[in-house]
Amino acid sequence: MIRIGVFICHCGHNIASAVDVEKVVEFAKTLPGVVHAGHNLYSCSQEGLSSIKKSIEENELNRVVVAACTPRTHEPLFRRACEQAGINKYLFEFVNIREHCSWIHSKEPEAATEKAKKLVAMGVAKAALLEPQEEGESKVIPRAVVIGAGISGLAATASLLGQGIETHLIEKSDRMGGLLKDVAIIGPEGTDSKSLIEAFMSDIRTSPKAHVHLNSRIKELKGFIGNFEVTIGNEAEDLKVEAGAIIVATGACELRPEGEYGLCEHPQVITQLELEKMLSKSELTAKNFVIINCAGSRQPGREYCSRICCNASLKNSLRILDLDPDASVTILHRDVMSCGTAAEALYMNASDKGVRFVRYSLEQPPQVRAEGDGLFVEVFDETLDEKIDLDADMVVLATPLVSPDDSVETSKLLKVPRDKYGFFLEAHVKLRPVEFATDGVFVCGSARWPVSARECIWQGQAAAAKASIPISEGKVRIEAITAEVNPDKCVACGNCVLACPYDAIEITDRDGIRAAEVNEAQCKGCGTCVAACHNDAIQQKGFSSRQLGAMIDALVRATTEGTQ
Amino acid sequence: MNEFNPNILAFCCNWCSYAGADLAGVNRLQMPPNVNVVRVMCSASVKPEYIFKAVSQGIDGVLVLGCHIGDCHYLTGNHRTAKRIPLAARLLGKVGIDPRRVRLDWVSAAEGEKFQQVVTEFVEDVKKLGPNPMKEVRF
Repeated sequence: MIRIGVFICHCGHNIASAVDVEKVVEFAKTLPGVVHAGHNLYSCSQEGLSSIKKSIEENELNRVVVAACTPRTHEPLFRRACEQAGINKYLFEFVNIREHCSWIHSKEPEAATEKAKKLVAMGVAKAALLEPQEEGESKVIPRAVVIGAGISGLAATASLLGQGIETHLIEKSDRMGGLLKDVAIIGPEGTDSKSLIEAFMSDIRTSPKAHVHLNSRIKELKGFIGNFEVTIGNEAEDLKVEAGAIIVATGACELRPEGEYGLCEHPQVITQLELEKMLSKSELTAKNFVIINCAGSRQPGREYCSRICCNASLKNSLRILDLDPDASVTILHRDVMSCGTAAEALYMNASDKGVRFVRYSLEQPPQVRAEGDGLFVEVFDETLDEKIDLDADMVVLATPLVSPDDSVETSKLLKVPRDKYGFFLEAHVKLRPVEFATDGVFVCGSARWPVSARECIWQGQAAAAKASIPISEGKVRIEAITAEVNPDKCVACGNCVLACPYDAIEITDRDGIRAAEVNEAQCKGCGTCVAACHNDAIQQKGFSSRQLGAMIDALVRATTEGTQ
Repeated sequence: MNEFNPNILAFCCNWCSYAGADLAGVNRLQMPPNVNVVRVMCSASVKPEYIFKAVSQGIDGVLVLGCHIGDCHYLTGNHRTAKRIPLAARLLGKVGIDPRRVRLDWVSAAEGEKFQQVVTEFVEDVKKLGPNPMKEVRF
């Protein structure tokens, strides 16, 4: 007998603020096969999971439906809970009432509740027809590919090599080191960036398992976790590399808001990175410095805080004063974000040494104008509540890190998502950090959000640690969503053989009966053959025509009979 | 009379369009609540029969969303979708159902806004077409 348990998640306010969870629970109780329906504040919490497991035992459930967020992030978690409670994990069905309902209908609570009921009805209908499945295994190629040789990519590569994993490092420019090539001293601790990069690079240079491809790009990516085929191309040739995991460390670049604040109009208006270059040569060509923080960030269209610029401004103002104690430095800021004890000390130190801090507002940004040979910066000081005019012979713009233009192309090639600012989106900030939703592809450093060099190293090493899991295990489990043929229905027409993109199906003779046969190891579970079959003789596990048909029936029923 | 509120079924492929729909959610992009998503692994696994079944039972519109051509997770799956779904829509036209009740489009994992746009447009289009005439049919 089918005994279905339905668990509706509040997800704190995320779902419950739009969807009336209790009404959905009452509705779920009326659905065929449902013997238990309940709700959790957070189904994915330890408490939520154990209450689901307890309910499986108490109610002798043999099918579980959770209506919560997206299966793309949380399905493995709930499947594991089912397994722990003694139910085959393929008897679990996920209903998405957060991304696909409460979040996108947050202003229409009634309609959102009705829709959640329909989605739950569809999920329950499918769950009733689910069958237990066995998983296959596939080998993992013991090799990794890291894209981008900035500090994150270098840290990831060195970490992989340290574990004895053969690694291909791909860099689009002619040198390793990324943005740090132009920065001599980093962080509030005053770390020497050259020796930091050099330590990673010497690990890479001396390892026989490292392959560095400079002036190269990814041209094509095929395959899936454990079995990727990466085409690496430079001007001269293309090289195909097979790999088990891929790490994206493509980084970010400095925004150059040409025309704003007089950038490109006056040679004395420069960006922070240009100041870094000047400082690394220990040559100062000015006396009066005005640094404008948040130049191009925390404003409409680019609302985010770039996180590294405040500390960079503080550090650089102290370096200016070290080189020339008579110089004057003014930092125009909107908030000084110097988090952490070391950075806070840097701020105090800068104040003590005479760096002036002037706070401006978004509505009245500083204006840069040239008069004679010099520059003037006019700014409305929020603290003084009046306009001041600063004499400057060099204006430094602390502009944010932005996603490089070619991240669009990277996103398309690797089929990984970006957020609205162009940074890469990991699968889940808390549950699956540095992982993409696509298994076997990882992300680290400023490619996913502006971070300091220190955080880049941490993330690079985290991504390497995660990438090394399937590689060191040597195998990955293949989801049981492959196709299977019912030889009694099959007429051996061969349509599925032609439809399969992986040549996984052939017509075989089994005791005199000619029928299609699926090679499970080659089948990737797309279901293309299923739609090609005229006889309904081939089915995809977990997505059979009966299961999908039942979902359609349930949607029709929930609509015509009402969900009250 | 109440405003016509169409009941729409959508098939989204796991790798691109379902992820695109998730992204729309993450970014809180608001859209009409008429579209109910069924997750499939590839848009090429959507049988025309599902569309016929849904439409014959009174579903007002069917949306099939896949990866962009050239981006299919399963190499060339969506090339078949591109042929199959318009054919299914044409067949519906032959039996007197407006083929505009079926829409095929491509939404990548990074295109939350495109998902919102397609859903909003399709709901508007189906509203203009009015209720599915099959609702009045008694078998």
